[in-house]
Amino acid sequence: MDAILFLIFAAIAVGCAINVVLQTHPISSALSLVGVMVALAVLYLLLGGPFIAAVQVIVYAGAIMVLFTFTIMLLNTGAESPQRRQALRTAIALPLIFSLAGLVSYLAARQADSTSVVSFGDFTGGDPHTFGYALFTTYLLPFEVTSILILIAIVGAVVLAKKEI
Amino acid sequence: MPAQVPLSWYLILSAVLFATGAAGFLLRRNIITVFMCIELMLNAVNLSFVTFSHKFGKVDGHIFSFFVMVVAAAEAAVGLAIILTVFKNRATLEVDEISSMKL
Amino acid sequence: MNFFVLSLIKTALVAAVLLTTLAYLQWIERKVLAHIQLRPGPYRVGPHGLLQPLADVIKLVTKEGVIPANVNLLFYLLAPILAVALALTSVAVIPFGPQVEIFGIKTNMELAGLDVSILFVLAVSSLGVYGIAIGGWASNSKYSLMGGLRSSAQMVSYELPMALAIAAPLLLANSLSFREIVDTQAGYWFGVIPKWNIFAGPFPQVLSFIIFLVAAFAETNRIPFDLPEAEAELVAGFHTEYSSMGFASFFMAEYANILTVCCVATLLFLGGWQPLWPSAAGSDFVAPVLFGSAGLMLLFHAVQAVRARKWDRFSFPVIGVIFLGLAAIFLIPVLKPVLVPLFWFVAKVGILVFVFIWVRGTLPRFRYDQLMRFAWTSLFPLAVVNLLVTGLIVALAS
Repeated sequence: MDAILFLIFAAIAVGCAINVVLQTHPISSALSLVGVMVALAVLYLLLGGPFIAAVQVIVYAGAIMVLFTFTIMLLNTGAESPQRRQALRTAIALPLIFSLAGLVSYLAARQADSTSVVSFGDFTGGDPHTFGYALFTTYLLPFEVTSILILIAIVGAVVLAKKEI
Repeated sequence: MPAQVPLSWYLILSAVLFATGAAGFLLRRNIITVFMCIELMLNAVNLSFVTFSHKFGKVDGHIFSFFVMVVAAAEAAVGLAIILTVFKNRATLEVDEISSMKL
Repeated sequence: MNFFVLSLIKTALVAAVLLTTLAYLQWIERKVLAHIQLRPGPYRVGPHGLLQPLADVIKLVTKEGVIPANVNLLFYLLAPILAVALALTSVAVIPFGPQVEIFGIKTNMELAGLDVSILFVLAVSSLGVYGIAIGGWASNSKYSLMGGLRSSAQMVSYELPMALAIAAPLLLANSLSFREIVDTQAGYWFGVIPKWNIFAGPFPQVLSFIIFLVAAFAETNRIPFDLPEAEAELVAGFHTEYSSMGFASFFMAEYANILTVCCVATLLFLGGWQPLWPSAAGSDFVAPVLFGSAGLMLLFHAVQAVRARKWDRFSFPVIGVIFLGLAAIFLIPVLKPVLVPLFWFVAKVGILVFVFIWVRGTLPRFRYDQLMRFAWTSLFPLAVVNLLVTGLIVALAS
């Protein structure tokens, strides 16, 4: 059951990810990226992280990607025009990408000992109680620093987007 | 077919997603699509964090990916504001045509 | 019994009841609005227009689906499916009653019991904006695009005060599961006042309940916040270019969202299926008394029917007997543990749905800048203050 679920959602994630790159219209890419994020959220659930899965959907798919979609719809520039020397670029980039994917996959498969497996229910430390406790004790300083970062980002976005302040 | 999933499958999936994101970053010219490919790479890394969290039985990996999401949200806010400004000034989103600092 | 068989039965039951309710919500809304404006409302199809939803469904299904020129076909067709599927999904985690045992089978009165069910509802509802935004964009019409843009900005903005308002009762219950949240609201202060979260001492959650309701109006695109479909300026907003089933799907999604937010408000603030006063004081008999008196009243009026409305002589006794039958069902001891909590839950949800319609019949529409300013400068700080006070009280109490 675990393996079937993993394979289904991994296939969805990879398919959507490739679609992000292949589509010429940004809104198709954005929606495919939402597909990747939702599939990854299901995988997080399988890995025993119900809270991080919910946050992934709420923050990533529900807020960040809505912002992207909003911007794309606002600018409404249409599909990307064909590139100059497209074939050459692709010919150079693709082998590099495949070798990167192959190399990292090989290293990951070699490093991870074959005995370590993922089965649903093995790890229950991802529940909101444990998560919140760790966030507000061990990681309190990073948490506060991130909140300041967000404040800076809000101010920066307002300054950039507004014509006159 | 094994009932349980080897840990390496998750890591390989993460690597493949990361490579796809990198490919999009190099091949695409629309600045918003480029930005989305960066988000895809961040997502791939998050999957690795959560996988390792499962392996070591600790919640720390989840917290790392939580911080990645928060930073990605801040990044999206600022980045999209920059894109809006660029589009206002140059009326294009193609990265190749935004090559000069002066208008 | 087998888990799968039981789940299938429950799913079929909930789906059938939910879809019928969605169709009849339209009838209820038109009737209530009509009576607010001193009109009879739908009256022609069946007694008191009761078959109107059926007629509407037949009309919408058999209509020709016109696809306008130059639309993005894939997204144009995908948007209504996305909207209605996401709107219906959140019902899966909503519990309608406690754990019950009926004919020797023990089961929870919900489809899927999650530990993080409130987060699930938030996640699914935050995805719901895509249906509207994509539908508006793919229609290739400036009114639709404006509607889609407005709705995505509005829904993202109002999600913040909504989440903050939800966080306060979560702090009180110290849980993210609907079932546990409702369980903490059992019991009565001084044996009379229910310990629901809006009556929670020492700091009643009235403020967060109001903030939640206001944000819910905006999230479901209802008057006074129905800017995405403001007829006066945008024709019909994001669904201007949709006809036939596409239009019907957006409509269904809107009603399903209303039902979901009303259920969530009931579970978080109004004690879910906990009765208004203790069952020792006879709260179990509210339902049979209500239905029974309604049935008797209908029978009485059937005898004295006015000559001008001669159909009432036939329709009133039939409906009256149906109501008496309902009252009798509530008295069957085997079904009592299932039906009594269900009655209280449905009654509370029904009252909230009535408030939604009532507001639609009463309030005018906001202007768009007023809407945004209201969210960020009034609702959001208010929700933050409410959450801080609640947090302080919870910290002091523990």
